[in-house]
Amino acid sequence: MKPITVVKVLCFAAALIPAAALVYGFYTNDLTANPGDYITDQTGTWTIAFLTISLTVTPLRRLTGWNEFIKLRRMLGLFAFFYATLHMLTWVVFVHFFEVSFMVEDVAKRPFITVGMATFLILLTLAVTSNRFAIRRLGRRWQVLHRLVYVAAVGAVIHFWWLVKADITEPRRWAVAIAALLGFRLWWMYRGRLSLRS
Amino acid sequence: MLIKQAPDIRSSEITPKSVYLRRREFIQASAAALVAAGFPSLAGEAAAQGGGLAKLPNVRKSPLSTTETPSLYEHVTSYNNFYEFAPGAGDGPKNNSKNFKPRPWKVKIDGHVAKPGDYDIDDFIKPHTLEERVYRFRCVEAWSFVIPWVGIPMADVLKRVEPTSKAKYVEMTTAHDVGRFPMQKTDLLQWPYIEGLRLDEAMNPLTLLAVGLYGEVLPAQNGAPIRLITPWKYGFKGVKSIVRIRFVENQPRNTWQTMAPQEYGFYANVNPEVDHPRWSQARERRLPSFIPNRRTEMFNGYTEQVAHMYKGMDLRKNY
Repeated sequence: MKPITVVKVLCFAAALIPAAALVYGFYTNDLTANPGDYITDQTGTWTIAFLTISLTVTPLRRLTGWNEFIKLRRMLGLFAFFYATLHMLTWVVFVHFFEVSFMVEDVAKRPFITVGMATFLILLTLAVTSNRFAIRRLGRRWQVLHRLVYVAAVGAVIHFWWLVKADITEPRRWAVAIAALLGFRLWWMYRGRLSLRS
Repeated sequence: MLIKQAPDIRSSEITPKSVYLRRREFIQASAAALVAAGFPSLAGEAAAQGGGLAKLPNVRKSPLSTTETPSLYEHVTSYNNFYEFAPGAGDGPKNNSKNFKPRPWKVKIDGHVAKPGDYDIDDFIKPHTLEERVYRFRCVEAWSFVIPWVGIPMADVLKRVEPTSKAKYVEMTTAHDVGRFPMQKTDLLQWPYIEGLRLDEAMNPLTLLAVGLYGEVLPAQNGAPIRLITPWKYGFKGVKSIVRIRFVENQPRNTWQTMAPQEYGFYANVNPEVDHPRWSQARERRLPSFIPNRRTEMFNGYTEQVAHMYKGMDLRKNY
């Protein structure tokens, strides 16, 4: 097996661990006294985690020069979408139990939900255009469209920041990580321009 | 004294046929049953439950108790908000309070009161008869428990210490003691935690100074050695580990009001019609349900005992 294939298989297996842990917790009755909230928090956290991890692919590639890293990007992005979908479903089922009027009100009235839903819709769009067919069809526009992942990452952090009650430690941590990863891209662009000029 | 017991099911609560025929609510109920089925031990009797802490002697039952089935001891003592130990709801307070020692403990009574003083906690409790009060407990975060508290009616304490005519409010304070409460090293909240009641609220027969639950002394994470319980208000009014009860003229500024005045007010009465800015208060999860399985009741179902205190008040403004 090629090294990148090994890495890919390992990443795939590792990315399923958080979901497996929730399934295990369900069967062992170990999801706290408020399992609905616990699953919502966990799936939300792992969505931001996978968004962050997928944003490290390009910097790693640039810094190591190992271009094969790019082969992980789609899979990691799709895992972000996978956890985002579970997270959104916890909102539908555990928070509102399919009560449409409550959900509409939530999206319209509560900014952190509005931002969360917009972020989910971006990830949905990116996921359905992540296949080979869409890449070919969209051509150059594909790259522009998929830069929306930067907006999604920022949206996810804002969503988290606005929902916490008093302790901003966690959202701040993700904000710093994502700012650093987006900052790297700016720096790289700027550096590229400088070297072009010289 | 006449003690009115609220019936557990008022006729207004019995589901009319037109409602129960609605498909969605039926599905909801079945799902709730499904969830409950995952927790067969749920129907545990309060008497049979406990955590192996010291038993409280000579506890009198109270007609003010609900007959609803108490939640599991394990859940009530492992899912707590107690920011002095850990941020957010969960088992953090339990895990971070293993070395907490609730003795020695002093309670200071001061302000506009005829008999101020510094009491040792045991001397403070001794003159009173302990009562078990099984109350609904509704957190502002839209979850609830049913908890058999053991405590002394606050009204009895007030009669003993005799607030003067100048006293309009009671302010209660959690210990400010970094050695006991690790999070007080941080600026997570403004320390010490302060809560308050209007004097008539403090005198209400439901208001309890709890020193135990499930027949045993309070575990640290539930507010040992003494805490406030006002079952018609959101849980955060129930200031824990109290060291000071002060009688004052002006409305105390309670901690969560200071932290986020647009989200938390002074009264904090349970009210399904007044939403928290970030979520609806119309329904709640009776834990450990995964989904909202109860409509939240006005004053958490204690309307008969407390509504008269708020007559003519705009409860939307005084949230």
